[in-house]
Amino acid sequence: MKRRLFECFSLAKCVAFLAVLPLFVFTFIFIIGPLVYMLVLSFLQRAEVWGVVNKFTLKNYIDIFKPIYLKTFIESFKLALTTTFLIAIIGYPFGYFMAKLDGKWKKRMMFILFIPFWTSSLIRLYGWIIIFRANGILDKLLMALNITDAPLKLLYTYPAVVVGMVYALLPFMIYSVYSSAEKLDWSLVEAARDLGASSLQAFWTISFRLTMPGLLSGVVLTFIPSMGLFFIADILGGNKVVLVGNLIQEQLMKAHNWPFAAALSVVLMILTSLMIYIYRRISNVKELEGLV
Amino acid sequence: MKNNTKLANFYLGLILVLMYLPIIIVIIYSFNSSRISSVWGGFSLKWYEELLRDKSMFDAMANSLILASSSSILAAIIGTLAAVGMPKVNLRSKGVIEYISTLPIMIPEIILGMVFLTYFSLIRLPFGMITLVIAHTSFCIPYVYMLVKARLVGIDKSLVEAAKDLGASEIRAFFDITLPLILPAILSGMLLSFAMSLDDVVISIFVTGVNTNTLPIKIYTQLKTGVTPKINALSTLMLGATLLICLLSVWIGKLGSHHREDLKMEGN
Repeated sequence: MKRRLFECFSLAKCVAFLAVLPLFVFTFIFIIGPLVYMLVLSFLQRAEVWGVVNKFTLKNYIDIFKPIYLKTFIESFKLALTTTFLIAIIGYPFGYFMAKLDGKWKKRMMFILFIPFWTSSLIRLYGWIIIFRANGILDKLLMALNITDAPLKLLYTYPAVVVGMVYALLPFMIYSVYSSAEKLDWSLVEAARDLGASSLQAFWTISFRLTMPGLLSGVVLTFIPSMGLFFIADILGGNKVVLVGNLIQEQLMKAHNWPFAAALSVVLMILTSLMIYIYRRISNVKELEGLV
Repeated sequence: MKNNTKLANFYLGLILVLMYLPIIIVIIYSFNSSRISSVWGGFSLKWYEELLRDKSMFDAMANSLILASSSSILAAIIGTLAAVGMPKVNLRSKGVIEYISTLPIMIPEIILGMVFLTYFSLIRLPFGMITLVIAHTSFCIPYVYMLVKARLVGIDKSLVEAAKDLGASEIRAFFDITLPLILPAILSGMLLSFAMSLDDVVISIFVTGVNTNTLPIKIYTQLKTGVTPKINALSTLMLGATLLICLLSVWIGKLGSHHREDLKMEGN
């Protein structure tokens, strides 16, 4: 104890302690505090009209298993899977090809990718609204090309939401795949080719395996947000597509059932943590395989 | 082999075109004189004029800028101090705190918005700019912290040692040696924070007060209720700002690498 105290009196230690103090205080008050309150709230009862009653209950968690809410979870999960799957298919080749570019073009490509990524997601969504709107650009184009003879009216449909999601989250996949493909030792691929492997075989046995960690982290980075991005479903899906995110927002802002919203968030958070955990386990194994 | 590269480049180009398509359409339609976006009524600047006359837009823009600057500055201070101090502190809880402090960028945004909304009303914090700044700072800190931490790892420790051997105090060594070296990382962390804060809709909707509108909140409500082409003009202006920030970040990045090269040369 005495030694501890003395240690803190060494000036350098004291300065370092003061330096990390703001982060510790902020984290305790504004991150741990709210998260703990969410957990507590999820076990409380809602008041008749407004607010919360401090009585323990498990009702909020049992409610989640009601068919309507369970359906929302399943729907969200399906949409997240569809989105992630499409993103992987579109984004993997992009990141992979990008890593094959020469140095100058890599840098330029980074910059070109940067701009949409940093542009307000709402602005980009708005562009899609103009495209998908009934009698909008897409409908006119398709009709002019005689592909369809009536407007598709894609806005406020499920496909529109999928396009919006894929579009918003694609850069995450591209960056993950790119950064792992960038580290790839291309001489291994050449060696495989020299030993008689077809280019597809070489890709499958060498490149694909070695870029697996990037693909996986891309999957996690896109899957997690796609469970919660309620505003994309809201704007491009109208009221037709309801996700867990929309449900939480609705319970919070319209139904004013905070405990239920808290329980939904706890479940969503457990699901995301599980994803991260599984990803860590898998990617560890893959890394070991890569070493062997 | 050559055909393969051509195919690959074609693919890259195609996806990029699709990526830029919605943005370019928004820009084009901001000059459309027709009120309905499906009709092209000729080139006009009238939506820009209307935008300039709309006072509520200016208020929202001012709010967004105040919010983004204060949260990125706060995040820069808290994040940098912590990243510098963390390796020197021996507390058992530090790994846990480090992990928890990065949670705001790991968990879905909606959860963060939800927990802030309920918690702020629990501690009776008035909703408005203060709650917005706290919420935004929480997700800005991890960016600064991680970037500065990564930069610190790459710094040559002997430089600080040398300064101390020459009689500089810990604090003097920090300001003279460490700070200039990590400055590019702090600045890019701040820039990233600024952009993230300026773009945030989900968390802002939950923690804002009745009278405090930010730009994204205003755009969001307009997109939901009924769009006026003014939004196109506003978006185009914001795109310009984004491009400026991007160029600035590239420039800072170059500055950083020059600095590194300078040091290498001095080292040799």
